[in-house]
Amino acid sequence: MDSPVHLRTVVALLGGFPALAGADLSVSAGEAVLLRGPNGAGKSTLLRLCAGLVAPARGDAFVLGYDLSTDRRSVRRRVGLLGHAGFLYDDLTVSENVTFAVKAAAGDVGAISGALDRLGLSGRLASTQAGVLSAGQRRRTALAALVARAPELWLLDEPHAGLDAEGRDVLDDVVADARSAGATVLLASHDSDRARRLASREVFVAGGLVHDREHASAP
Amino acid sequence: MLHDATLVAAKDLRIERRSHVTSRQVAPFALLVLVLFAFALDPDRGVLDRAAPGLFWLAVVFSAVLAVQRSVAVEATDRAGDALRLAGLDPAGIFLGKAAAVAAQLFVLEALLAFGIAVLYGTTLRAPLVLVAAAVLATIGLAAAGTAYAAVAGGLGARDTLLPLLLLPVVAPVLLGATRAWEASLQGVPGEALPWLELLAAFAVLYVALGIAGYGVLQEES
Repeated sequence: MDSPVHLRTVVALLGGFPALAGADLSVSAGEAVLLRGPNGAGKSTLLRLCAGLVAPARGDAFVLGYDLSTDRRSVRRRVGLLGHAGFLYDDLTVSENVTFAVKAAAGDVGAISGALDRLGLSGRLASTQAGVLSAGQRRRTALAALVARAPELWLLDEPHAGLDAEGRDVLDDVVADARSAGATVLLASHDSDRARRLASREVFVAGGLVHDREHASAP
Repeated sequence: MLHDATLVAAKDLRIERRSHVTSRQVAPFALLVLVLFAFALDPDRGVLDRAAPGLFWLAVVFSAVLAVQRSVAVEATDRAGDALRLAGLDPAGIFLGKAAAVAAQLFVLEALLAFGIAVLYGTTLRAPLVLVAAAVLATIGLAAAGTAYAAVAGGLGARDTLLPLLLLPVVAPVLLGATRAWEASLQGVPGEALPWLELLAAFAVLYVALGIAGYGVLQEES
């Protein structure tokens, strides 16, 4: 199974409702795929499924070679999800949040300082509690944790949301660098122009169905 | 598992040190319970003295519910609990870490409450080794059962209101065992505390084992 993401007729239920009603998607190593579609189409569920947070109810779902039906925990440490929530502890500082995320994922703590610096979070901001940060600064903190962790598969849900112009540029650079280092990227975004520049191809999601025409017959 | 447990416990205790929820809300609540009992049972101080072990452990059990709810609430904010799962931490390590952090807070609280019953109720703390042994075993049991049932309540929804309903009946053996062990100790017959210490030890071992074995499943359902 060479594809970092390989889904075949995957159904995923949220509260008994089929948020994914038959997802077919195959992503090659090093690719950056943009998920497009209206609100409620199933993009976020697809990303959470690939992160190992949502279990497939039916179909074949493999991420980084692991079967999501039986081995979601092995996937989690190797993927990075930037979701609507930042997964931050309000009472910990920016630096402590990033350090906890990196240590918990058995990442390289030596990369933390560089990640904070790159996202403009070094100095006074590093010792500021996450609870008092702006939405954009929280987004940068969550992104810094991903940069420091350097996952093999980046799952980005509306990654530009809440970021200022400089932050969006930094994000684009970070994603480009991750791809250069061999990482695979799956992103959902309504900021189509900017997201298209990051992506190597687009996939349309609607009504819980994923239409991946390019790789419809991929293994 | 122990590495993950240490990481989670250190994180939870650091959050508590910053937020002061236990020191500024749970501890005053527990002391208030002791004071209100003192008002209710006064002027007969003999009754207060005899009832001191039960009142002490009731205050501890109520405080344990609050401490466990706080431990869970920390993970609910900004879906931080998903970060624990995304990091691939060992569920048994998460369980042990969270239970250890709750236990550490309860130990401090119990020391404060012991001082409280000595001052408010005029209780003389005899046979301290038995008192401490009972407190350690009871606290481990309370923290382990509380952490496990918080995950159960999370899976069923309405965690805040459901947790006390689920947890309080379950920890009744801890309340009984710890109260009887402390009564025996305070009455100067610590030998009679032994069967109650055995009950507390069995409860603690059972819930630590259940938590280690089942927390992963509970976490996925919550």
